[in-house]
Amino acid sequence: MSLINYASREINCKLVYYGPGLGGKTTNIQYVYDKVAPETKGKLVTLATEMDRTLFFDFLPLELGTVKGFKTRFHLYTVPGQVYYNASRKLILRGVDGIVFVADSQETRFDANIEALYNLHENLTEHRLDLAKIPFVMQYNKRDLPDAVPVAELEEELNPERFPFYEAVAFQGTGVFDTLKAVAKQVLRNLQSSGAGAPTAGAPL
Amino acid sequence: MVRAEWAIFEEDYWAINNALKDLLRSSNSTSALLIDRTGQLIAHCGDELQFDVVSFASLCAADFEANYQLAKLIGEKDFSTLYHQGSNESMYLSKIARDVVLVVLFDKRTTLGLVRLRVKRAVDELCTIINQLFEKLQYRNEEYDTFDENFAQDVENEIDSLFVD
Repeated sequence: MSLINYASREINCKLVYYGPGLGGKTTNIQYVYDKVAPETKGKLVTLATEMDRTLFFDFLPLELGTVKGFKTRFHLYTVPGQVYYNASRKLILRGVDGIVFVADSQETRFDANIEALYNLHENLTEHRLDLAKIPFVMQYNKRDLPDAVPVAELEEELNPERFPFYEAVAFQGTGVFDTLKAVAKQVLRNLQSSGAGAPTAGAPL
Repeated sequence: MVRAEWAIFEEDYWAINNALKDLLRSSNSTSALLIDRTGQLIAHCGDELQFDVVSFASLCAADFEANYQLAKLIGEKDFSTLYHQGSNESMYLSKIARDVVLVVLFDKRTTLGLVRLRVKRAVDELCTIINQLFEKLQYRNEEYDTFDENFAQDVENEIDSLFVD
């Protein structure tokens, strides 16, 4: 839920990285954290298990600087990928302004992608949100792996609505910023075109 | 024109700040924050915080939300307040209207009983302010829409310059 604070002159928006377990959601955020200038980023908060699996969420605030006197800030969240943490996944979606779905391109993870996407729809419905009305970007991660499913096939199964998509190799940084830029810009366009209190509408890129 | 799903206007911000200041004074607490349940910080009053306040707000919202789910599991509508006791610093969280949470930090200079009592009064006052704010959002006029259509373009340029490999 985007918030404009006219007194402290700030605009805050919430972006969530969603997807199956071990798909690279945390890697995306970690790459962003490593690459952006220190004055742009806040503290990277990770609530993970001892095995480095996301337990609750990762959180990274990014400050874009001042535009027309307003500080614009994006809050980046990841959700836990594992199904048994669904309660945590659900609550991170509260008030979301934009979603990145990080799909794992490996053939063996094909079903996990479908399951996570289905789960996203289900959890959004519980928040009375509709994916068609939220800025959404698909990221096909792990494109470097030999058993990566062709993008056309992934598009057919995972993205029949033809939301914008990006190919990525998140640990190398390939596609990470392209994805983030795409969703951030959609959120801002949405903010510019939507009415106060009204449901937000997704603007195609 | 830029519009968010909700906005804090100057006069409401100061009304909130005054309510928080009164609370700090009467309860002898060190800091009071107002956050929304998505983790955005709305206002902060009191001692300058020696930690990342943006992360703190995000974690408080998650804390509240996790406990809300726990409440539902045991058949409660919600837990309207939470208390975290430390050996030096403690936190008291209380739900306000419309998905807003009040977080009070206090130390040994006061007691939980006093904080709880004063928070109850502050919650009523803050509820009124927040409810009025949401009413205003329904009927607001254009005077607050200080952004022109170039705003998104300017921010997009900013995004392009910041997010580079």
